[in-house]
Amino acid sequence: MRDKVDVVIIGSGASGAAVAWSLAETKMRVLCLEQGGWVKPTDFPSNGRDWEARQFGDFHPSPNVRGRATDYPVNDANSPIKVLNFNGVGGSTILYAAHYPRLHPSDFRVKSLDGVADDWPVDYATLEPFFAENDRMMGVSGLAGDPAYPAHQPPMPPLALGKSGTRFATALNKLGWHWWPSDTTLATTEYDGRAKCINLAHCMYGCSQGAKASTDITYWPHAIRSGVELRTNCRVSRIETGPDGMATGVVYFDAAGVEVFQPAEVVIVAANGVGTPRLLLNSASGKNPNGLANSSGQVGRNLMFHPYASIYGYVDEPLDGNKAPPLCLWSHEFYETDAARGFVRGYSYQLGRGVGSITEAITSTAAGRVPWGSGHHDAYRRLMNHRIGMAAICEDLPEEHNRVTLDPVLKDSDGIPSPKIDYTISANSDRMLDHAIGRATEILRAAGATEIGFDKPILFGGWHLLGTARMGDDPDRSVVNGWGRSHDVKNLFIVDGSIFVTSGGVNPTSTIQALALYIADQIKQRLATLFDE
Amino acid sequence: MSDAVLTDAQVADFRALAGMIIPASAQYGVPGADDPVIFADIVGSVGRDHGAVVAALARAAEVAGGAVAGLDAAGKAAVVATLQGEAGAMGVLVRLVLLCYYRDDRVMVSLGLEPRAPFPKGHVLEQGDWSLLDPVKARKPFWRAAP
Repeated sequence: MRDKVDVVIIGSGASGAAVAWSLAETKMRVLCLEQGGWVKPTDFPSNGRDWEARQFGDFHPSPNVRGRATDYPVNDANSPIKVLNFNGVGGSTILYAAHYPRLHPSDFRVKSLDGVADDWPVDYATLEPFFAENDRMMGVSGLAGDPAYPAHQPPMPPLALGKSGTRFATALNKLGWHWWPSDTTLATTEYDGRAKCINLAHCMYGCSQGAKASTDITYWPHAIRSGVELRTNCRVSRIETGPDGMATGVVYFDAAGVEVFQPAEVVIVAANGVGTPRLLLNSASGKNPNGLANSSGQVGRNLMFHPYASIYGYVDEPLDGNKAPPLCLWSHEFYETDAARGFVRGYSYQLGRGVGSITEAITSTAAGRVPWGSGHHDAYRRLMNHRIGMAAICEDLPEEHNRVTLDPVLKDSDGIPSPKIDYTISANSDRMLDHAIGRATEILRAAGATEIGFDKPILFGGWHLLGTARMGDDPDRSVVNGWGRSHDVKNLFIVDGSIFVTSGGVNPTSTIQALALYIADQIKQRLATLFDE
Repeated sequence: MSDAVLTDAQVADFRALAGMIIPASAQYGVPGADDPVIFADIVGSVGRDHGAVVAALARAAEVAGGAVAGLDAAGKAAVVATLQGEAGAMGVLVRLVLLCYYRDDRVMVSLGLEPRAPFPKGHVLEQGDWSLLDPVKARKPFWRAAP
């Protein structure tokens, strides 16, 4: 048994890092347990000639394909969208695109505005100071003045338009549709010890330059300097509770596979929308046979992924290909509900720059655009670097049958039961995807593209793991309250994407981190009465 | 890298298939994927994909009615006609061929690409014409206010 700490945080990714940094100023003893280790910049694929190959191997975003010792397997056979993550210091910010939109004000009030799902117990205005603080800590590049959002000021200028952005901008202007340079966490200037982006073009799989803001190089250096302890290669198996129902600490397996009990006054879970319900369900006991913090029965339910469609075509000149970050612009033209479209809520576009030259060969050969044999060279050379493409990110509404449970057979290397995913795409999401593909086709045609194709949904598209321990004021219908504290266990908090009530139609990392900072702030403000009713 | 190795017969069939997927081109001055250097890279990269590659080779042998390497030109053409439509069965093998072929120095140079890792040199991205944003800037805020 270890010495008791004031706060133990489970997970060092987007939310765990933010909450650790925020709580450091309290001078409480804060410990974070991370199941993976540090990833060195020299380990990232863009250091080598095999950089495209490694995205199919040790840097694949699916833990099932990647299969590192620090990963846990996920049974996602019963889902058309596969679960993606990364396990290490920085969590999935190591392998994210760094696209950094905020949820819109309307996303927090979907019941009031559109009569679906539930309103959040917090709103955009409440989170706004924490969005701004998080933008400063992560280092956001972008441009103020976007008419799709309330005013905000990213601290660094946006990424360059490049050839691809110019094509998209011209096309969208022709259609009269919204576009704006994306907020990203790619540093366009030197920032807080980070070097600026030099267009390695491989952002998704880790940034050797350190220009991409993963939390191992943003929050963590500050948190550690402030006294937070980060203990790596420690995989938490369960949260223990005492006779009074309060959490007493956590049990974890260390790097040697030794089981350790870590006592704590407060437990904060930051393990993502699949890892968190897995941990709560694995913490079942005689007193809590359905899992910890689960008197509502909502733990693991309402899983939301964001169904993605990828839409692309080819133009008559070489574009940016793999010579620039895949991020470029966004369009929120179709973000809000319009009943005439045949679905409720909406989606955003993430307008990209093409793909790597080998990825083009692989995808186009698989799709039959590039044949085997003597015709291979002509066909490939016509397509290479000529791709212009985009992704549609559709709002996924909560449905109880989309859920995370424990697999009865599958276990990780420490013998901890693995998560099982049961998920279907709703009819509303399906109609939204079709609409998005149709409008994207119009954009691509206006951009001069031909040979337009799409993938619906993107199979390996489960980046956003949301909703499985939802927040709310009603203990019968939610897992945590409006400031992240478990309704059932008064010293247990959840700060990751699992507390999302709805998903919005944008990448969630910015909102996850703003929410984590908000919850940390609430903890600090309520320290004297933290465990009261 | 897996310890699993391919048999000599599997290697011979694999090499034949690689050359059938990407033959040499005199027009572009590039070798085929069965080039000794490229094919050595392919075989050396099988690693975690060993099982899928062996399964694909078995499927190819099934379609060929024996060793793919022993087929004449017409026989190889018939195998190509069948297998290139089987992305599921052949996908991993084809991916390995493409991954190694298009990182060969000679091939990259012929495509106008620099044969190097992205880091540390990176690339230059043109800034573009930001006046394109003027009509969007002129648009009134359209985010939806929430109660």
